[in-house]
Amino acid sequence: MIVVVDYHKGNLLSVERGLVAAGASVQVSDDPAVIAQADALVLPGVGAFADAAQTMLQLGQTSVIRSLVEQGVPFLGICLGMHLMFEEGIEGAPETDTEQSSNNAQGLAILPGVVGKLPHTDMSGTTYKIPHVGWNTVQPYADASQFSSPLFHGIDPGEYFYFTHSYCAPDGPFAIGQTTHARPFISAVQYKDHAFGVQFHPEKSSDAGALLLKNFVHLAQTL
Amino acid sequence: MLAKRVIPCMDVKDGRVVKGVNFVNLRDAGDPIELASRYDEQKADEVIFLDITATSDDRATTIDLASRASAELHLPYCVGGGFRSVEDIRTMIAAGADKVSINSAAVANPELITQAARAFGTQAILCAIDAKAVPGNPNKWEVYVAGGRKATGIDAVAWAREAQARGAGEILLTSMDRDGSRDGFDCALTRAVARAVDIPVIASGGVGKLEHFAEGILEGEADAVLAASVFHFGELTIRQVKEHMRSCGIEVRL
Repeated sequence: MIVVVDYHKGNLLSVERGLVAAGASVQVSDDPAVIAQADALVLPGVGAFADAAQTMLQLGQTSVIRSLVEQGVPFLGICLGMHLMFEEGIEGAPETDTEQSSNNAQGLAILPGVVGKLPHTDMSGTTYKIPHVGWNTVQPYADASQFSSPLFHGIDPGEYFYFTHSYCAPDGPFAIGQTTHARPFISAVQYKDHAFGVQFHPEKSSDAGALLLKNFVHLAQTL
Repeated sequence: MLAKRVIPCMDVKDGRVVKGVNFVNLRDAGDPIELASRYDEQKADEVIFLDITATSDDRATTIDLASRASAELHLPYCVGGGFRSVEDIRTMIAAGADKVSINSAAVANPELITQAARAFGTQAILCAIDAKAVPGNPNKWEVYVAGGRKATGIDAVAWAREAQARGAGEILLTSMDRDGSRDGFDCALTRAVARAVDIPVIASGGVGKLEHFAEGILEGEADAVLAASVFHFGELTIRQVKEHMRSCGIEVRL
């Protein structure tokens, strides 16, 4: 049973239906007791980091998810769900806040670092539109010729996925995919061999997105 | 690189697509989901359903439509028309809509954009603007509401800026002078708004032929181009449009 974690910030139908279409049995729940029984977890993405982190804490989800991931339970974070894998986020924090500030909202801290604003100018100073909305390509991290992560099994470098966001994950050895809007940013991450995060929305990304969800469901069933 | 988007738009009344649909090989030309599925297969980048009646009776039909769309489509979609409160928007997003577009209600109550963006995130809120050229003033456009029937005296560029400041994630900009004309987008209007805001702008109104899409991007500086009847009547396919855009040097998802 894959549990889609509900933190009361919007619609989870597409994610649920995408996973069912990928062959999973799925339950949507906000209940820490149900989450604790999951064979795999999906943390979907809507709303702002600070708001979501606070709701998850209030609902008692944070520590349960953290310990399941530490025990090796397969995990997929989507968009904001990927951001929440990190230690801190500036989104929704007071405007005077900075990336260095300790006032940032606290995430699940599965991965190190702070989720910051997506840069809106490139090296030559040209301005790009933010939010980054639409279909963009995902390349293997650090110019590798193929994806090595099993999450991208059968997916070609440069495949298009649907994005909609204004913030992005920090860089680090956990990165498995990258995308360019103004500058390259991290669009997919992996922790050990069982936890993943993607900046794009596989549930809205046509055939390639369906394949990625299928890969995750397969991993969840075999790990 | 981020691809420029091609977006078919369906006007929906009583749960049926209106404004003419003459699509080959559709079992039911008036069914919005069947039509949208066809656009999904053709690699449309997203679709928009505009509820053009949005009376209270019709509302349930539109909510049902959003729910069916989330089950059957594998691309993002936006629902527009008739939202007056955050609760109206919440119902539509809970039914599965990725985004909503707000038009007249936002002009009447700009705070609605602020509240909705706070509740559902900037990415979920499109501000739709219907604009018309001010006679004798080539670089001025006025905002109209109530389906284009009522002038507001508000400057379209200034309103786009305010919508952005209040948390709108995109602008859906329709030229009323060009809508239905088949003369192409009002590129001067589109460019004026696109340069005034940092958020993406969707150009709408006036597409009649293949070349118009690329013009909206290259001359209008839009991030996405929207059309209705050229797609519904089967005059152009999404693929034809994207291939032409690519031949003009525009990044598209094919």
